[in-house]
Amino acid sequence: MLKTEQMVLNMGPQHPSTHGVLRLELELEGEIIVNVKPHLGYLHRCFEKHCEAMTYPQIIPYVDRLDYLASMNNEMGYAIAVERLLDIKVPERVEYIRVIMAELQRIASHMVAVGTYGIDIGAFTPFLYLFRDRERILTLFEKTCGARLLYNYIWVGGLSHDLPINFVNETRDFLNDFKKTVIEVNNLLSYNKIFIERTANVGVLNVESAINYGITGPNLRASGLKWDIRRNDPYSIYDRFDFEIPVGEGLHGQVGDCWDRYYLRVQEMIQSIRIVEQALDQLPEGEITSALPKRIKPVEGQLYSRVENPKGELGYFIVSKGQLQPFRVKVRPPSFINLSVLGELCKGHLIADVIAILGSIDIVLGEVDR
Amino acid sequence: MGLLDKEFSDDNIVISKVDDLLNWARLSSLWQMSFGLACCAIEMMATSASHYDFDRFGVIPRPSPRQADIIIISGTVTLKMATRIKRLYEQMADPKYIISMGSCSNCGGPYWEHGYHVLKGVDRVIPVDVYVPGCPPRPEALLEGLLTLQEKIRNESLVKKSV
Amino acid sequence: MKSTEEIFALLKEKFGDAVLELNTKLPKEAVIEVTPLKVTDICWFLRDNEELQFDNLILLTGLDDDNGEIVKLEDGTTETKGGTLSVVYHLESMKLGHKIVLRTTTGRENPEVETVSKVWACADWHEREAYDMFGIIFLNHPDLRRILMPYDWEAGYPLRKDYKNPEFYHGMKVPY
Repeated sequence: MLKTEQMVLNMGPQHPSTHGVLRLELELEGEIIVNVKPHLGYLHRCFEKHCEAMTYPQIIPYVDRLDYLASMNNEMGYAIAVERLLDIKVPERVEYIRVIMAELQRIASHMVAVGTYGIDIGAFTPFLYLFRDRERILTLFEKTCGARLLYNYIWVGGLSHDLPINFVNETRDFLNDFKKTVIEVNNLLSYNKIFIERTANVGVLNVESAINYGITGPNLRASGLKWDIRRNDPYSIYDRFDFEIPVGEGLHGQVGDCWDRYYLRVQEMIQSIRIVEQALDQLPEGEITSALPKRIKPVEGQLYSRVENPKGELGYFIVSKGQLQPFRVKVRPPSFINLSVLGELCKGHLIADVIAILGSIDIVLGEVDR
Repeated sequence: MGLLDKEFSDDNIVISKVDDLLNWARLSSLWQMSFGLACCAIEMMATSASHYDFDRFGVIPRPSPRQADIIIISGTVTLKMATRIKRLYEQMADPKYIISMGSCSNCGGPYWEHGYHVLKGVDRVIPVDVYVPGCPPRPEALLEGLLTLQEKIRNESLVKKSV
Repeated sequence: MKSTEEIFALLKEKFGDAVLELNTKLPKEAVIEVTPLKVTDICWFLRDNEELQFDNLILLTGLDDDNGEIVKLEDGTTETKGGTLSVVYHLESMKLGHKIVLRTTTGRENPEVETVSKVWACADWHEREAYDMFGIIFLNHPDLRRILMPYDWEAGYPLRKDYKNPEFYHGMKVPY
């Protein structure tokens, strides 16, 4: 009699394809996944404890370090949350610059997602092409505020600096060049036969379980639901721009598979280009700070405010007791919630598909563990 | 070419010290363990990608600690991770070098005061050769750190120094 | 689309005393207070009722209300005795477009709340996090372990206001 038993395999915390320090405990039946148990917390940096000890403006540098690929979006979400708590409006120019920065950052974040996903599957070249172009976005940011990755740029009630000279033209140049890169990446990776074979029909997520798991952002839209906070619960000035919300169509397999999730990010980059172009056209002159009290001290109350991050719905739940420091800040981290569906998606797939599925969810461990 | 400049004669003889030869071999192909922790890992990736190109200094990422010469601690080391880092360090073959990249792994960085789960400096668990400051350091800073490490290796010797 | 007042009336009619009050005193967000040991039933109702359809749990937050009595210990530090911990649920209906905030409060000494992880799958990890950070015990949770802190962390629950960090963990010095 041949006896078989399940094997437990550890993946991570040091593993080239876990996108950071995630540990997965895989229970295997031969090469088939029976169960996946993620173990988190290897990057738990006590964000919420820091918030209770810092004043409202001091929290912004820590907010940067949540999802470090999308710092601008994090800052924008936090600034909007505090502004709603304080009931203040920011000048027009600030709103436009914020949108430009947020959308450029969305492009940069998706570049990393798409590039590293290529590496995970085995294609190295798109990574180099995308990082080459990402450097140009970072250079634009650096000219604006002096930092490449973690900016501390969007402040409560305004911005730290105005745009530098010639920013508009340089951004336009970049966008025009980047349109060609998207076509190149599509030819190299998206429509590549090997890539499609590895990702189509793998890790299919249907809409019902996506909603039940609280999945948001590109992952939810790839499952076929048109849900984008920029449209469904508009914030800032997103209602002024004309852009589409791409949804997964299942071009090479079922709706909501890894290829759909990947391709949705490519399409979102194109939409972000459109938004930035419109914002650059309409960019008004004006102040970059609004009149703020010297000590930011919201009245007692609580508020949940959310924005659309590259990874999904980023929300801040702030409880104020009328002090200089918030009583409690809780983040709704999109990556953390998106990751919880991993076990469900991996069941019944081969061990090599775990990499493909994990990469397609696009997590950032800084946000998963906070 | 540094050490090899104008050293060849017609007879194809190179004269050098064993020390120099060993050091030259070591410092010119520092294989790096591809191991990202936090924000700095993104800058580390940017350093090895197209624009800054780590490869030209002989730094090639290796996924296994057994094949690596150098580990770049790129990001916040938490208490949960610290024991794993120590284990990874112990798995590396000698000679092995460590670059501590960024404020977090130098001293705890912005998390030094209230970070109940952050190790305040990776040097509390493993010995560090080069500290690169910054939050996060620019790729140029990391390259400078690597060159400093190469300089350090160049001055190593097999001879035990008498006191 | 229903307002919080209408939803509160519906809940009050269905569950009676288990739904305590509608708190609109605080600015920005109205909160429906419920008892901790009826949360599961209320949430099933909220999700499955045709008029409500709260299919999305946006966020589940643990809170230390910091309203206990502060006691001075012999070594000069302080500790909180008594008081309450809370759990806040932000719910949303993606189909109908309305949102509500539920809040349940439990004692600090023996904090027990019913789990909603069967109702919304994402609550599983949220509840583990609330347990990890505040020590709130979610009854009937399938796998209530620490999630972010190490499994062998013995120094208590870090986000409680009276938390004291240990000097050493596995031989590593923790304070700066």
